[in-house]
Amino acid sequence: MYSASDLRRGLRVEVEGVPFTITDFTFVKPGKGRGMYTCKMKNLLTGSSIIRVYRDNVSLGEPKLEEKHLRFSYAEGDTLVFVDDHYEQSSLPSSVLGDLRAFLVEDMEVSILFHNDRPIDVTLPTFVEKEIIHTEPGARGNTATNVLKPAQIPGGYEIRVPLFVNQGDIVRIDTRTGEYVDRVTKK
Amino acid sequence: MTPSQPVWRVRSKVLQAIRRFFVERDFIDVETPVRLPAPALETYIDAVPSGTQFLRTSPELHMKRLLAEGHERLFQMGPCFRSGETGKFHNPEFTMLEWYRAKAGYLDMLVDAKVLLAFVTREVLGKTGFDFGGGRVEMMPVWDCLTVEEAFVQFAGWNPVAAFDPDRFDVDLVEKVEPCLPHDRPTVLKDYPAAAAALARLKPGNPAVAERWELYIGGMEIANAFSELTDAVEQRKRFEECAAQRRAAGKEVYPQDEAFLAALAKGMPESGGVALGVDRLVMLLTDSTSIEQVRPFCREQTAGVGG
Repeated sequence: MYSASDLRRGLRVEVEGVPFTITDFTFVKPGKGRGMYTCKMKNLLTGSSIIRVYRDNVSLGEPKLEEKHLRFSYAEGDTLVFVDDHYEQSSLPSSVLGDLRAFLVEDMEVSILFHNDRPIDVTLPTFVEKEIIHTEPGARGNTATNVLKPAQIPGGYEIRVPLFVNQGDIVRIDTRTGEYVDRVTKK
Repeated sequence: MTPSQPVWRVRSKVLQAIRRFFVERDFIDVETPVRLPAPALETYIDAVPSGTQFLRTSPELHMKRLLAEGHERLFQMGPCFRSGETGKFHNPEFTMLEWYRAKAGYLDMLVDAKVLLAFVTREVLGKTGFDFGGGRVEMMPVWDCLTVEEAFVQFAGWNPVAAFDPDRFDVDLVEKVEPCLPHDRPTVLKDYPAAAAALARLKPGNPAVAERWELYIGGMEIANAFSELTDAVEQRKRFEECAAQRRAAGKEVYPQDEAFLAALAKGMPESGGVALGVDRLVMLLTDSTSIEQVRPFCREQTAGVGG
């Protein structure tokens, strides 16, 4: 159990069976009144945020969370199936990844967050390498690096790349932002 | 934004402007003990121990003893300590300004507060207002003034003066009332339910409320004022109630300040008093979001000793 003095940004707590991350936290004390804590918390199951006010005598549960490394095996409809080293399967709806679904490839090692042994979230490797399957050629002689153009990678995802990147090049993408980082190999 | 004055410069000017304001108006600048055997008994204010004694949570009781000795205009600005209070607007060690006037009531003290804050703003910034938290605050126009009853009925949908509920009062004040108070000018909440009187006297003719106000600027609570309770019997009763509440909550129960109670019994003139958070005033004048930004070495201190 956590008490008021444990509360801090980033702490994961359990409220009515649901795991939350505290994203913002303020100590307030009205006039001569009792100290309270306003906590902005993100629901780890739905991603939505709530604000709760707690007293100094609050007691919050500690969620049973575990992070495991699994490999992506296959997709069946909207369900993504992952396996661990013992070929034990875990599945999650593809909606947990949103647009980042395009970065997931077979056999990729990902980190999966389990709540009470139930998988709830997937974290991709920070960087992935992808081939550019389509982009317009940049104008010859234009070496400016701050101008970007659209480019497609497999899976229907579009990123913005510098003008010097061509179709067939392999680029590195940051999965936290979904943005181009650098060019790995030139065709 | 144009580069403004460094925070420590603003802080220095605030301290000097406050002192000048009171000295020019014939107030005596006093220094009362910081370390004391009997900190004021309040249900939700915890003192930091210092050897066999405590660090003061406020200079209030000693200031009132000086009033009882016949000094009519007093002020003090200095460090106070409250255990366990750490946040954007709180630090266990902070700087408090308190001023008291004999033959005055809480609404006289409100006039003092208006003149003081307009003076300090002009002296420090050369202007009548300032930007704070993304908005503009004007110190000069008429301040908003609501009774606690009006504010609660309007913003929280119930009347704490008719039926007081301490738990609901604090939560609704924070969740419902404070966010609705205007941010573009100072706003006062006055006439607190008698149960939240603290050391204020009850209103003659309406004992359901206490003569107390709190000042909010930019959404931040900045000062608290009373028509001081001068009745020794009533004061002892309130201390005993606080002691009982602290005991029930498992908190340390401080001894009664008998010297203070004796001074009241001997006779203290009708007086008004205000306590104002100087760090928060500096936050306003420097558009700072946290008390750490306006107190030198504050972050280091909280990391090292906690509260």
